[in-house]
Amino acid sequence: MFDDFFIRALVAGLGIAFVTGPLGCFVIWRRLSYFGDTLAHSALLGVTLAYTLEFNIALSVFIISSLIALILIQLQKRTNLPGDALLGLLAHSSLAVGLVVIGFLTFIRFDIMGLLFGDILAVTADDLLIIWIGGPLILLILKLIWKPLFASTVNYELAEAEGLNPDRAKAIFTILMAGIIAISIKMVGLLLITGMLIIPAAMARNISSSPQSMVIYSVLGGLLSVILGLFTSLQFNTSSGPSIIAASLFLFILSLVKIKQSIKLKN
Amino acid sequence: MSLNQNILVKLKQAGFRINGKWLVKGVSLEIERGKIVTLIGPNGSGKSTTAKIALGIYKKIDGEVEKYTNKVGYVPQKISIDWTLPLRVNDFMVLTENLKDEAINEALSLTGVIHLKDKNLGDLSGGEFQRVLLARAISKKPDLLVLDEPVQGVDFTGEIALYELIKKISDELNCGILLISHDLHTVMSATDHVVCLNGHVCCSGSPIDVAKNNEYKALFGEQASQILTRYKHSHDHIHTNEGEIKKN
Repeated sequence: MFDDFFIRALVAGLGIAFVTGPLGCFVIWRRLSYFGDTLAHSALLGVTLAYTLEFNIALSVFIISSLIALILIQLQKRTNLPGDALLGLLAHSSLAVGLVVIGFLTFIRFDIMGLLFGDILAVTADDLLIIWIGGPLILLILKLIWKPLFASTVNYELAEAEGLNPDRAKAIFTILMAGIIAISIKMVGLLLITGMLIIPAAMARNISSSPQSMVIYSVLGGLLSVILGLFTSLQFNTSSGPSIIAASLFLFILSLVKIKQSIKLKN
Repeated sequence: MSLNQNILVKLKQAGFRINGKWLVKGVSLEIERGKIVTLIGPNGSGKSTTAKIALGIYKKIDGEVEKYTNKVGYVPQKISIDWTLPLRVNDFMVLTENLKDEAINEALSLTGVIHLKDKNLGDLSGGEFQRVLLARAISKKPDLLVLDEPVQGVDFTGEIALYELIKKISDELNCGILLISHDLHTVMSATDHVVCLNGHVCCSGSPIDVAKNNEYKALFGEQASQILTRYKHSHDHIHTNEGEIKKN
């Protein structure tokens, strides 16, 4: 009853939601929304390089995003600029350089809107393979570093004192962030990936009382957003990214109602 | 390895500075199994810094630290937890190590906060949170316990009970304890070795030696050195359950 492209998009979107759920919780807990944004903006450069060199997009985005993360860490060590200024600097300069490079690539037909906001028509069988191999891999690694990463999120010194090596966990987490951006860029678009990470997790925060339950609700919220968003996208011919994010916003607003109720109950 | 198998941490002329300013300098001390070492000194004398050097939190230090164990329990002086995290006491207990439920319950009972197990960490009072912090540190049965003002904000009777608990833990687990405390009564009565800091080591030794030391008197005043004599006096007998008084 649905076209192939729609089934592909759905399978891809659900695969992404499984990964953005837990990662998004850490983005909120560690206050990394702008860091996610910066990596996502730099992804444009990755995409253009992929087109220029006829290279796999996901891999190219992954490499560029990791590189930007490394540069950020170096800049933090070597300059006295505050973190948010450095993030803004990297985000907008990599976006600008990416757009300039696109200007030179007149020989390629470029769907800028699709790149920025996601395009369900663009999801190929290869993309599905990347999402469903890369996604579980990211989740597996996240599970392995969960203890040190979570402990150092709660308190860095406790984690360090009790021998958990939080710096290594943080570095690995950064690479996982680059990974999720790489596999989800076609679907959600580079301007909205951070939304996919934080909005379901923010919704989950409103209705959960433990870290585990927040992760579970965040995954469920993401899955639901993808399903709702994609059907809307199909129905009204809207871009897939904004449709999914709008659906997650809708869920977030519902979760606010739940908060209001529980406050009433307390009183 | 050290010759003495009981040594858990050894600081050799250790010091730490930020932007050229020394926080603490030239500290040498050893923490052994079953012994309690206490750091005393005025505010800003480098007690917490010394603890963090011993724990390996500060890495670019002067001098040397040798750490022979990784089973560490730490109660920091200050802890800022971000309440964007939904965290119950139970989640906090297993933060750095997976524990069986019995171990969690036992530790929470010992510090008197078992009834708070399912409460949100952000809803606890200062004293309750302090008890949870201590429970978390002892629940993993560590070789080395580092307690930086572990009873701050705890009510008076609780304070005494917790110090007794700390002493008991040191005996039962045979672990080494590095204790930072402002309570000179406790320090002088329960510890094996006292290090008096004021940016550097002023004096160190057994509580009796330190109490006699002139630098200690200069830092804490004449009264402080009499604490020990008073303490010794008041505890030269035991009260039995029957209400009798027995001489030691």
